[in-house]
Amino acid sequence: MNYNELVAIKERALKAMGPRAADHTLKEIKERTVLVCGGTGCTSGKSRVILEEFREEVAKAGLSDRVKVIMTGCFGLCALGPVVIVYPEGAFYSQVHPEYVHEIVESHLVNNTVLTKYLYKETVKEEGVIKALNETDFYRKQHRLALRNCGVIDPENVEEYIARDGYLALYKVLTSMSQDDVVKVMLDSGLRGRGGAGFPTGRKWMFAKASQADKKFVLCNADEGDPGAFMDRSVLEGDPHAVLEAMAIAAYTIGSDQGYIYVRAEYPIAVQRLRIAIKQANEYGLLGNNIFGTGFNFNVEVRLGAGAFVCGEETALMVSIEGNRGEPRPRPPFPAVKGLFAKPTILNNVETYANVAQIILNGAEWFASMGTEKSKGTKVFALGGKITNTGLVEVPMGTTLREIIEEIGGGIPNSKKFKAAQTGGPSGGCIPAEKMDVAIDYDNLIAIGSMMGSGGLIVMDEDNCMVDIAKFFLEFTVDESCGKCTPCRIGTKRLYELLTKVTNGTAELEDLDKMEELCKYIKENSLCGLGQTAPNPVLSTLRYFRDEYVAHVVEKRCPAGVCKNLVSYSIQPDKCKGCTACARKCPVGAISGTVKNPHVIDKAKCIKCGACMATCKFGAIVKG
Amino acid sequence: MAQNAKVPFNGTKAQADELEKVLKGLKNVEGALMPALQQAQDIYGYLPIEVQEVIADRLGVSLAEVFGVATFYSQFTLTPKGKYKIGVCLGTACYVKGSGEIYAELQKQLGIESGITDDLVYSLDATRCIGCCGLAPVMTVNDDVYGKLTKDQIAGILAKYKA
Ligand SMILES: Cc1cc2nc3c(=O)[nH]c(=O)nc-3n(C[C@H](O)[C@H](O)[C@H](O)COP(=O)(O)O)c2cc1C
Ligand code: FES
Repeated sequence: MNYNELVAIKERALKAMGPRAADHTLKEIKERTVLVCGGTGCTSGKSRVILEEFREEVAKAGLSDRVKVIMTGCFGLCALGPVVIVYPEGAFYSQVHPEYVHEIVESHLVNNTVLTKYLYKETVKEEGVIKALNETDFYRKQHRLALRNCGVIDPENVEEYIARDGYLALYKVLTSMSQDDVVKVMLDSGLRGRGGAGFPTGRKWMFAKASQADKKFVLCNADEGDPGAFMDRSVLEGDPHAVLEAMAIAAYTIGSDQGYIYVRAEYPIAVQRLRIAIKQANEYGLLGNNIFGTGFNFNVEVRLGAGAFVCGEETALMVSIEGNRGEPRPRPPFPAVKGLFAKPTILNNVETYANVAQIILNGAEWFASMGTEKSKGTKVFALGGKITNTGLVEVPMGTTLREIIEEIGGGIPNSKKFKAAQTGGPSGGCIPAEKMDVAIDYDNLIAIGSMMGSGGLIVMDEDNCMVDIAKFFLEFTVDESCGKCTPCRIGTKRLYELLTKVTNGTAELEDLDKMEELCKYIKENSLCGLGQTAPNPVLSTLRYFRDEYVAHVVEKRCPAGVCKNLVSYSIQPDKCKGCTACARKCPVGAISGTVKNPHVIDKAKCIKCGACMATCKFGAIVKG
Repeated sequence: MAQNAKVPFNGTKAQADELEKVLKGLKNVEGALMPALQQAQDIYGYLPIEVQEVIADRLGVSLAEVFGVATFYSQFTLTPKGKYKIGVCLGTACYVKGSGEIYAELQKQLGIESGITDDLVYSLDATRCIGCCGLAPVMTVNDDVYGKLTKDQIAGILAKYKA
């Protein structure tokens, strides 16, 4: 592969990609492209069947030479999956069923009439007129950088990546930049690690470059352990070459020829696409030996995790690739000096890598012009929980939580009230409503007791109990603590027990002080980041929602009605019509009463399953 | 382990041959133990002690080391799974939308805390985020994913998977 060949492929592929940008001005449409989302969310909604149906129906209609059907990565709006987009109109079909396909092909592809009834409602201006996707609330404030190719290209076709300037950055680096030049660009860009800690990427590369050794390694952290986050998965599924290209650039910079990508085993689609991408890149001479004839060699291997959260921690990840129990080891020595197989190593997160080629091509200043003073560029968040538009969003650093939740996310469903947003997963904290206008960046989130983490953003409403949530995360860390150091292994367990006392209603007020003290001790004395951050969910909820803890302890009451031991059900006599539905539903026969007369619940028998409340049509049963 | 006693190891010759082939291919690979265990579990569905012994022998590591790694990672299982492997996501997004109740309902209907039913038909596990947070709460039966679940759908779903 040389430069001319790369450019020739780019031009050829651009043509072959056909119309893949919304063009509302076209009078006459000759070609169409149907994009079917192949992300994990949509795939579990049968998007593969939909893809096959489209291929079949298009062939049956005799449109095969004018309509291309392609599977892409995630479009972002997972809540509306499975999603299909038809270009050039940019018609966004949502919640598509395989049975709709025939109708869409007939109307839209054969008779040129967009089938508005299946479109995402927000994109329909009036009958027959559609609004561009980036005019919708969900997309308007987004800025897609790391996700620029997700939902645009076919991730299983390297040529489509090349069409979008793929591997041009690698070419530029190998043929016209010194190792120090690359380090300087990365430093000037201000890019910080997206895996959680926010360490400057350029500094990391500089240290590893400075280490002298016969062998060095470049690793990619695709372990994505935060439960409830799927940014990295979406990048790998939608744009795997962006990660490979960046790893090659990193390898050139530090003087390495071998890379490993450590992926969670729970991500089979991502693993498969990565393997295809590596194979194609090797075939095209974009990985392997003597890349672009420069004498630079770089090979990449995929290694699967096996379900251990701690393996996302850098030293544990390396120990795991070496084939051992993934227990972290103390630092120093830092990986840049002594990492995988005791050789100098750099480890970066998937999303960090996804920014690199763009920075090389567009320059450090371009990247540094986005974001806040100390956090440059954009951040991808996985929006989940009690929010209307669950999905993937990418926004410039400095966007407020309110913008993300109320504008992009479409607010809280079922007219419930926002209570808190959780960022940073098990290492992070809960952000209350009064902090919704804080500009999100690394430093601001730490200042309000949470952290950026990898980008999970879970929204909670008034029905979620904050003590229960803190306990949920602690249960996770107790389970995932590798057991190597005592503060984490025993400390988190004791903390969990104290939380259980609170949710059971057996705690005293002084237990809250004990919890705080224990949190401080665990933070200060644990070996690795897992233990050092494990108390954060407890500390942040104690800070902002102490009244909920106090209600559990003093009044023996769970305000959100979640903690079973503290909940009791009763029937309001004035609302009960005596229909007997609840009495028939109760699995333990705890409800008694006669027809047309108010019923009562025997609290001694009640197992608090809530079946009666769900059954009652008159809202007569209350929890509290 | 009581559950082990329930199911005696009965690997076939074909499985044994396949394992030998895998292990041969991993002979000179650095850090071979994890891939070996992963592929062995693909072959047998779980990692009985008999299989761990073979791996230890062929890779030239101690059985203790193999056992140590196999028990460290939650994806490795030393006991067999049911014909229908049921997983309930207890990731954060699913949890805040009530997946705990879905899990409890499955425990109730299957009559097990976790692990495998006596007739070896169903096994139940709590899983981490499987990446369909948009569909929360989510459960899986083998490769099928069920999203936006409510408690009263469980019986209907289980009915689709009969011995
Ligand atoms: C317990 C623990 C779990 C972690 N999990 C992840 C993870 O899943 N993905 C990730 O990229 N980084 C994770 N990290 C952070 C990594 O240790 C490391 O900082 C990061 O991968 C470096 O890449 P970056 O500088 O590009 O962010 C974790 C850290 C700790 C302490
Ligand atoms: S939290 Fe359940 S699928 Fe992500």
